[in-house]
Amino acid sequence: MAQATFEEISASDFFYRNRDIAGFTNPSRAVFAAIRELVENSLDAAESLKIPPEIYVRLSFEGEVGKDTQIYKLRVGDNGSGIQPRFIPSAFGQILYGSKYKLKQMRGTFGLGGKMAVLYGQIMTHQPAKVTSSTGSTKIYSFKLMIDIQRNRPIILDRKVLVNKEQWRGTIVEFTLEGDYLRAKSKILEYFKQTAMVNPYANLTFVDPKGRLYKFTRVTTAMPDPPKETEPHPFGVDVELLQRLIQVTPYRNMLEFLKQHFHRVGDITAQKFLEFSHLSPSKNPKRLSHEEVVRLMQNLKKFKDFLPPDASCLSPLGEELLKAGILKELKPEYLVVNQRKPSTYAGHPFIIEMGIAYGGEIPKKGNFLIYRFANKIPLLYDEASDVSFRVINSLNWRRYKVSPDMPIAIVVHICSTKVPYKTVGKEFIADRPEVRREVANALREIGRQLHRFLSKREHVDREKRRLSIFAKYLPKIAQFSSHLAGKEKLPDVKKLIKSVQKYGEET
Amino acid sequence: MVKKRKSSVAKKKSEIVGSLKSFGTKVYDQLYSGYFPSINMPSRSTENINYDPHLRQFILGDKSVRRSARNIRHVKPFTQLVWAARFSHELASQRKTSTLRDVYYSAQAYEMTFKDQQESNNIITDLETVLGFSREDFNIFPEERSAVFGDLTIEYTVPGYEGRKLNLTSHPDGVMIGPALTSSEFVSTTADKVIAIEKGGLFTRFIEENVHKKFNAVLVLTAGQAPRATRHFIRRLHKEMDLPVHIFTDGDPWGMHIAMVIISGSANAAHLRELNTPDAKWSGVWASDIINYKLPTDPLDEVDIKRLYELQRDPRYQENPLWQKEIKKFLRIKRKAEQEAFSRYGLTYIVDEYLPAKLEETK
Ligand SMILES: Nc1ncnc2c1ncn2[C@@H]1O[C@H](COP(=O)(O)OP(=O)(O)OP(=O)(O)O)[C@@H](O)[C@H]1O
Ligand SMILES: [Mg+2]
Repeated sequence: MAQATFEEISASDFFYRNRDIAGFTNPSRAVFAAIRELVENSLDAAESLKIPPEIYVRLSFEGEVGKDTQIYKLRVGDNGSGIQPRFIPSAFGQILYGSKYKLKQMRGTFGLGGKMAVLYGQIMTHQPAKVTSSTGSTKIYSFKLMIDIQRNRPIILDRKVLVNKEQWRGTIVEFTLEGDYLRAKSKILEYFKQTAMVNPYANLTFVDPKGRLYKFTRVTTAMPDPPKETEPHPFGVDVELLQRLIQVTPYRNMLEFLKQHFHRVGDITAQKFLEFSHLSPSKNPKRLSHEEVVRLMQNLKKFKDFLPPDASCLSPLGEELLKAGILKELKPEYLVVNQRKPSTYAGHPFIIEMGIAYGGEIPKKGNFLIYRFANKIPLLYDEASDVSFRVINSLNWRRYKVSPDMPIAIVVHICSTKVPYKTVGKEFIADRPEVRREVANALREIGRQLHRFLSKREHVDREKRRLSIFAKYLPKIAQFSSHLAGKEKLPDVKKLIKSVQKYGEET
Repeated sequence: MVKKRKSSVAKKKSEIVGSLKSFGTKVYDQLYSGYFPSINMPSRSTENINYDPHLRQFILGDKSVRRSARNIRHVKPFTQLVWAARFSHELASQRKTSTLRDVYYSAQAYEMTFKDQQESNNIITDLETVLGFSREDFNIFPEERSAVFGDLTIEYTVPGYEGRKLNLTSHPDGVMIGPALTSSEFVSTTADKVIAIEKGGLFTRFIEENVHKKFNAVLVLTAGQAPRATRHFIRRLHKEMDLPVHIFTDGDPWGMHIAMVIISGSANAAHLRELNTPDAKWSGVWASDIINYKLPTDPLDEVDIKRLYELQRDPRYQENPLWQKEIKKFLRIKRKAEQEAFSRYGLTYIVDEYLPAKLEETK
């Protein structure tokens, strides 16, 4: 029997081998995923400064590879924060390197997305990526990079410094990749449309390989407040995190340790908790044995009196912006939105925002149109596995006089420091009871309002129909009876028609 | 002997035009004074249809319904009703005729589209109910037609034929009982009876066999259930020309009821008068005839028997013991016979033997 041989692989090697799990499954999925990752980085970069994003995406044809695969050059430019030159190589050349591991709501979370796009391009076309960026200083830095896959390190092929005469700030990423745009086209356009829906303050421009221009123009410059970074909530910590905190903490007693490193733990709560877990407030956290750390973690989860996390680390759209976005992209006849109060699952705060849109340009599909978003990212795949899909389809819609063959679109947005994705592909939301409950509550609320609207409209319609019947027939009666009676002068029926009207007058 | 009669048609025409006008005026006046127009009319629902033994026909009871243009459900039929009156008025004053089908289509010119033929027929029936005249009086005719043959001279009143006379023996197939004939005046006749026949074959045979001469009769083909115009025509022959009426039908419940509707009218026409001829006689084929003449028969089937039981309870069949007696006989022998069954004794047997015997029996 042969001996097993062991080897170690790097993070980039791992994702190189398993690019499927990050969404780069085939040429069509890959173009889509590349655009999506870069656009999301750009949106994050602009939002972190509360600047209305201005994003330009160009996909241009470079050459034929096979029947269904072409080589494209992808260029994504933004007006975001820019990246300091010393971080640029790693930000784009080292897997699992990023600035978004903090506890606040961002689109990016893994330190992976942008690199996967670059990595994919590099594997397929053996070309370096070009990243140009400025933080608005006097200089612009431009790098040509490749990724050393085995060592997970950037290789800098070229580095240029330019004078920033115009005080430009932002980032431009450019690289070549293989893809199947024709197949991906509808998903990509749908992605832009939906991104525009939850980012109504952004200008998005897309030029496709045929030179067609798609423009999604902002309808507002108002933006949600950027999220604040927070400490972890006691419910959400594990032993690993505790060990790390103990290692770095400058505090020498448990009371201060708890107060300083945990979200919403004040003096009183900390003391009560220590009493609850039979720990002395003056105990030095660095002296905790492994067993004690494990027990500490268990008690943190058991203790009932921690305050729930607050939502300052979240940056939901808010009802006004959600409305603006839906109106802009779906042009419905009627729209109602609802933002739920912050809630938590496993120590992670989250907020559900929902909208229901009716009529207007919304098509009748025989099914509700569902638009799903997480941290302002559209989720376009695996709809049927998503918790909101299940909630929507298990609601008793008849109670709201609503049926799936009506022209109805439902928009669900979940914001969280840790979106409960079921997969790394960020495609659908797991069925957590807390999340499910909030989605259901929001849905019932907007359902009630839609019901009210529909009943009122039905009433108005009925009135209109009623009136139109009188308005149609009374003049005819006047005409026919005058003829029969041999009279020249038609009786005036306007008053009679008016008298019917006042019964049903609606505001 | 030649009988002569004075005009009934002209008088009726002017009555009808007058009633249409006064209906219109009533509606107009209500509108003019700022009210939603409304009318009351006898209810035609089954609870309100009663048999009047004195008139010997069905009549409508006292229950009435109100149609108001104030009511969202009534305003359309109300408008249709006024339109129908206006349409009839135009027909009457221009002396044109039309069919129920025409009514249905004409309405579309006024954006008064009827949902279907039934809806437009119902409105015409409403108009009949409101005004108490039948649709033929408004010159609206159904499609079905029957015929007449015999020595009766009529004078046309339809435009282009006014004053022209016709003797109803002039065409060997008989003359169709259509609008022109229905609206003509009866001038004279030498006949002393009317023989109404259910089936076209026998009608033609009777003409060929000179029944009109041999029996001094006006022959009327009812072609199954007699249309209203024909029923009214028979009534006029009876009333205006003093002719007794004999009806010959198949020997089964359906034939029996053809005779009954000529005699006592139908529930559908309970809102109308002067369509029936209470003194007319059902002369055959009776169940007794089947037995007495040993006619070839068919067995009664289930619907026939069901129908017989219905008729047995019908108030019209309580009038004369003959009906109950014959119904019972049918039920007993469980057989039925067509008029043609007499052919087993030769083609002329029915004329030579059966007819004179029955005319005598039901004098
Ligand atoms: N357009 C940009 N402007 C400014 N900074 C950027 C831009 N694109 C990437 N970065 C920086 O590079 C880092 C790595 O980006 P990458 O997309 O690989 O990971 P991420 O966004 O942190 O997480 P995720 O894997 O969820 O996308 C980001 O954390 C960010 O700091
Ligand atoms: Mg990213």
